[in-house]
Amino acid sequence: MDQMTIGGRTLGSRLLLGSGGFAHPAALSGAIHAAQAEVVTVAVRRVEHAPGGLLEAIEAAGASVLPNTAGCFTAREAVTTAHLAREAFATDWVKLEVIGDARTLLPDAVELLVAAERLVADGFTVLAYTTDDPVLGRRLEDAGCAAVMPLGSPIGSGLGIRNPHAISLMREAVSVPLILDAGIGTASDAALAMELGCDAVLAATAVSRAADPPAMARALHLAVEAGRTARGAGRIPRLHHAQASTGDEGRPEVSA
Amino acid sequence: MRVRLNGDWQTLPEGATAADAAAVVGVRPGDRGVAVAVDGAVVPAAGWGEVVLAEGCTVEVVRAAAGG
Repeated sequence: MDQMTIGGRTLGSRLLLGSGGFAHPAALSGAIHAAQAEVVTVAVRRVEHAPGGLLEAIEAAGASVLPNTAGCFTAREAVTTAHLAREAFATDWVKLEVIGDARTLLPDAVELLVAAERLVADGFTVLAYTTDDPVLGRRLEDAGCAAVMPLGSPIGSGLGIRNPHAISLMREAVSVPLILDAGIGTASDAALAMELGCDAVLAATAVSRAADPPAMARALHLAVEAGRTARGAGRIPRLHHAQASTGDEGRPEVSA
Repeated sequence: MRVRLNGDWQTLPEGATAADAAAVVGVRPGDRGVAVAVDGAVVPAAGWGEVVLAEGCTVEVVRAAAGG
């Protein structure tokens, strides 16, 4: 697949993988290989709740770590968590999440923008997890975010892309890489994201909680490639009525 | 002296440093993939032994966990 660039770094894979939900590092490792992912997200947690070996498993699979700020509800929490991640993982990349509601895990737009501005000023490469709002997407780009990551539907819901039109509008509004983040349930969701003009897809639960995670990882990889290729190929317009693909000219007279 | 270490109150000797607190949860300076914050400010690993903890302060010691 053609390469993409985020924050000055070139990536050959347009499928990013989340590490959440895998039973053990070996399961994650198998999924990374099957997804051909180069970037894998990790969370920052107290050491008692974070068995070691995760970073090593990700790196051994040939991927690099993208720390997230999962679980943060304020800009302040998210900024501190990003700084902890930079210290722990020696990367200035961060997937910025600032959640506004515990039940839906939807982003808090106001806190998100405040945190994004601060982290950009602190030298981070910010990939911002956001609602599918093209205006907010543009504000995040203006704030200096390296990528904008709209949700297709709530985190872990597997509901796919509930508002394809909004994702399409975001594609027009944002010129930095657009990465469809939450809500992927299966391969067709990933293909649709790419057909709508997203540059990449991030999937976590769709893979880790699939009956066969490596198989789903491979399916998403193929879907991302298919969707990207279809986007470039240019789909036909949707018509209300049929349009014959075979002309009538030269049709033989065969009625008795 | 009492400090809140990863959410639990712990008693440490007077003059204890961030390195001492990290050791309580099994982390040493030089360990890979860990970070420490004292009262919300990240302390670079090289400085753990120099940051003296104050009574009642909050210490967080973190690592990568599956997520996102």
